[in-house]
Amino acid sequence: MSQIKQQDKWLNRNRIEYLIQGLFFLLSLVSITIVALVFMFLFKEGVPIFRIVSVREFLFGKLWYPTYTPADYGIWPMIAGSVVVTAMASLMAVPIGLLSAIYVSEIAAHRIKEFIKPVIELLASIPSVVMGFFGMVVVAPFLQNTFNIPTGLNVFNASLMLAFMAIPTISSISEDALAAVPRSLREASYALGANRWETISRVVVPAGLSGISTAIILGMSRAIGETMVVLMVAGGAAAVPESIFDSARPLPASIAAEMAEAPYQSNHYHALFATGIVLLIITFGFNLLADYLSNKYKMTEN
Amino acid sequence: MKIETRRQIYEFLGLFVIRLSMLIIVASMVLILGFIVYRGIGVISWEFLTQQPTDSMTRGGIFPAIVGTFYLVLGAITVSFPLGVCSAIYLNEYAGNGRVIRIVRFGINSLAGIPSVVFGLFGLAVFVVYFGFGSSILSGSLTLGLLILPVIIGASEEALKAVPMTYREASLALGATKWQTIKNVVLPAALPGILTGSILGVGRAAGETAPIMFTAAAFYTRILPRSIFDEVMALPYHIYVLATAGTHISQTRPIQYGTALVLISLVLGVNTIAIVLRARLRKRHR
Repeated sequence: MSQIKQQDKWLNRNRIEYLIQGLFFLLSLVSITIVALVFMFLFKEGVPIFRIVSVREFLFGKLWYPTYTPADYGIWPMIAGSVVVTAMASLMAVPIGLLSAIYVSEIAAHRIKEFIKPVIELLASIPSVVMGFFGMVVVAPFLQNTFNIPTGLNVFNASLMLAFMAIPTISSISEDALAAVPRSLREASYALGANRWETISRVVVPAGLSGISTAIILGMSRAIGETMVVLMVAGGAAAVPESIFDSARPLPASIAAEMAEAPYQSNHYHALFATGIVLLIITFGFNLLADYLSNKYKMTEN
Repeated sequence: MKIETRRQIYEFLGLFVIRLSMLIIVASMVLILGFIVYRGIGVISWEFLTQQPTDSMTRGGIFPAIVGTFYLVLGAITVSFPLGVCSAIYLNEYAGNGRVIRIVRFGINSLAGIPSVVFGLFGLAVFVVYFGFGSSILSGSLTLGLLILPVIIGASEEALKAVPMTYREASLALGATKWQTIKNVVLPAALPGILTGSILGVGRAAGETAPIMFTAAAFYTRILPRSIFDEVMALPYHIYVLATAGTHISQTRPIQYGTALVLISLVLGVNTIAIVLRARLRKRHR
């Protein structure tokens, strides 16, 4: 009798174990569920605009006058603004981010490393609104006076601020990639008579290249999705920028600036959600690419 | 010999550029922080921190914004802490290396990559409109909570990984089940690390602006919030509004500097604490 009870207890124990494991499993699916819901709700609120304009007109239309009658819903100027600002920010952030990663991984002494890694982490944690504010009150007047231009709120200023927001991402992920390069490769290079710079530039960096490319892509993804900086600093003109001192309105800035004024369920509202879809798809694409590259990287490592 | 000198020059230049890049980062960081501190420190006073704004925001303090940010962050961490820790437990303790785990990981990475303004749109469509919470602490907290979920998961996973395998083996060898092992052995050992990492989530949530713009933040509220369905002022939004949209942009400049200093001290302070604690924990586990 007691033996049967004991068995029951064991079975019960097992059942509870399975239940708990199932529960944790379900909770771990929350992230992917949220991602799916984000897509769903953005499409739900954004797609109705395509009853009024075609996808093509929306993406490549050069005029954005959502509050006029008849209204124009072309987001090409914003797409161009995002591309230009992100490309320029990458031009600045990629070399500095990568070189600083090399410094931390290959050159810095242990004590300096312990100090510099948190500094980069703290740079990443400066709120974007503060970066935007700094761009407005310090960088903008400086640019205006130095280059004698009508306004310092422009593509160049926004790119500069975005670069500082992308540097920590690029730096820390690249550093992980460099740290994963086996020591034996470096030793082999030194044994062949190569000096430090030759070892870094011809052995270590090429070996970490796939991890570094993941870092660059994630850094660019961060820059293209960053909102407050481009909202406060890029100038806000809904026109394709023609010089680096032109005003621009990248995709996130357009959404953030106008959402408060767009009446609920109006065409303007739907158009802004559709802008969000475009932004989401771009960043999602970047992430897919990063995911693919980092998996490929793991394969080569083994 | 000629080649030898050229190699040395290259090495010198290469290492110089590497050091220079590091210098640029540290210098700009010092410049940004130094400037905000320099301009903001004179504004900070007990009254600035504890009083309501007056004279259409051109005077007075930022107390409501501090309170609002506190509520939003508290709400966000309440939402994401349990979810994040549970996800991390599944990933580190239960999951193998199969296809499911890759999907879960992909989900977390994708979530981390969603732009903050898109979270704002999502919060607007789902919490504000669909669930009818309106622009409120609740909507804002939920939105911020989802945003910092990947941070919490990452930190919790690191903490769980740091628990030595021998702890688990000892517990299982004593006849404990997997859940008993997790509950009584793994979690207590990992808890300091999990909490430390979650502080990083707090810092992130406190500084975000775009997600709360359409879901929680108000330009000005006359009274402090009384329920989670009230709109609130928040520090980051306060800086943005005063610097761009107010009618007295230049008059409120000192308040902008002061608010920026308060926000930056809060975020960097919280992060510094987390980083220092984490460094100590890492040393202990080594």
